[in-house]
Amino acid sequence: MIAIYILWLRQLKRFIRKKTSIVGALGQPIIFLLAIGFGFGPVYAKAGGGNYIQFLAPGIIVMSVLFTSIFTGLEIIWDKQFGFLKETFVAPVFRFEILLGKTLGGATVAMIQGILVFLITLVAGFQPHLASLPLAFLFLFLVAILSSALGAAIAARLDDMQGFPLIFNFLVQPLFYLSGAIFPIKNLPPVLDVITKINPFSYGVDGLRFAFSGVNVFPPVLSLGVLCTATLIVLAFGTYQFSKVQL
Amino acid sequence: MLIAHLHPHKKYHKIQHMEYSIEIKNLTKKFGDFTAVNDISFNVKKGEVFAFLGPNGAGKTTTIKMLTTILKPSLGEVFLHGHNVIENPHQTRKSFGIVFQDPSLDNELTAYENMQFHAILYGLKKEVYQQRIISLLALVELSDRKDSYVKNFSGGMKRRLEIARGLLHNPKVLFLDEPTIGLDPQTRNHIWAYINNLNQQENVTIFFTTHHMEEVERMAKMVAIIDHGKILITGTIEEIIKKAGTKNLEDAFISLTGSNIREEAGNVSKNQMRISNKLMR
Repeated sequence: MIAIYILWLRQLKRFIRKKTSIVGALGQPIIFLLAIGFGFGPVYAKAGGGNYIQFLAPGIIVMSVLFTSIFTGLEIIWDKQFGFLKETFVAPVFRFEILLGKTLGGATVAMIQGILVFLITLVAGFQPHLASLPLAFLFLFLVAILSSALGAAIAARLDDMQGFPLIFNFLVQPLFYLSGAIFPIKNLPPVLDVITKINPFSYGVDGLRFAFSGVNVFPPVLSLGVLCTATLIVLAFGTYQFSKVQL
Repeated sequence: MLIAHLHPHKKYHKIQHMEYSIEIKNLTKKFGDFTAVNDISFNVKKGEVFAFLGPNGAGKTTTIKMLTTILKPSLGEVFLHGHNVIENPHQTRKSFGIVFQDPSLDNELTAYENMQFHAILYGLKKEVYQQRIISLLALVELSDRKDSYVKNFSGGMKRRLEIARGLLHNPKVLFLDEPTIGLDPQTRNHIWAYINNLNQQENVTIFFTTHHMEEVERMAKMVAIIDHGKILITGTIEEIIKKAGTKNLEDAFISLTGSNIREEAGNVSKNQMRISNKLMR
């Protein structure tokens, strides 16, 4: 278990030392808040939705956690290319522990990033229920674990970053845009309705929105259940993928 | 055949017959239709210094990867200190240390942190590893750079750090894949002296590859030469020189493996390997 700790610590150290990328990763959420948040705000209010920033903020926080987590998971590709993965794989540590250490490290890093974005949304006028902050963090952490494990599982079988645009455009972006992060998932066209309902991140966004504003589409218990189940499935898949890695 | 495995914890003051550190039987690795390692078999005794030689792309690194659990053989068996490498990789991993041919450090961590990461992965206690890291860093003359980021190290410094790291958990078998590549003669001497000492004092089995024949002559007790995935010859240095009918080991090596210059295909991906295979046909 101490192996998981040192893998986690390594991830954290690497993150904290890359200060420019921490700041850099804040750019996208800020643009989303400004352009989409304030841009669509009046339309959203006119349509009877109320305060759009209030609606959008949880979605933006999930976005930053999702992206940071997946990218940290994908860093395994770099570890492979720079040879560090070999060092980890010849050590007497189970592959499952390596996956778990990586996943927890990625999730922790993403949580830090998510909290920074949360603070920015406060500046932008977001007013969350502070009493349910622990519940919000729980949802956020589940989103972080799920996406970090997903990134690691995918990266396990990739040899270089060439597949990266494919992953980003056909997996990461759809997972975010079709999660109800930027629009309400009620009264959608049937295809979109199905997609948003099978996307586990919809439950993360919805859960977070419930914790912050008391507004929800899915019962919070269902959201928790879906996130936990999806995480277990991805971890099992990741363990299988890791067991197949040849260097 | 495998009597040795019945006594995994036996103290071995002397090399005993049938007590092998590494046993390789019919080991084969195919990448698609390219056979990188082709049905090789040999044993390495406990406490032996064994040189595994061959031109670039001969199959040395592929073999070492299979011996060290990170590449699955297509066929054959390997035992490392009695552990079946394929069936029981986890137990196997505790018994060996390795210095890879390619860099395998985390550039974003300091020298000490790289060592610490390794120590913890191998389950060393803090009291033990703190002391050992300090003395190993001193050995490879990196004490003053303990807290520097590895990304600021020269190639030689990285190499020295990797060697120190490979020794950290007191392995029973040490794999060294071209360990002295890019090192100056001073450092090479220094490191070989330490490895020699380790072998003599602690009876650590040394399995190494190199292109420096003088290192082989100075260090190795037994030698195997591999080319095109096949073992050409195994024996002591004297035996090999005698069989090849040459004056020294370097001449014997060239006479056995031919004087053509090879494409480096040691660590490239499977695809590139196939391409270089086609070029060689």
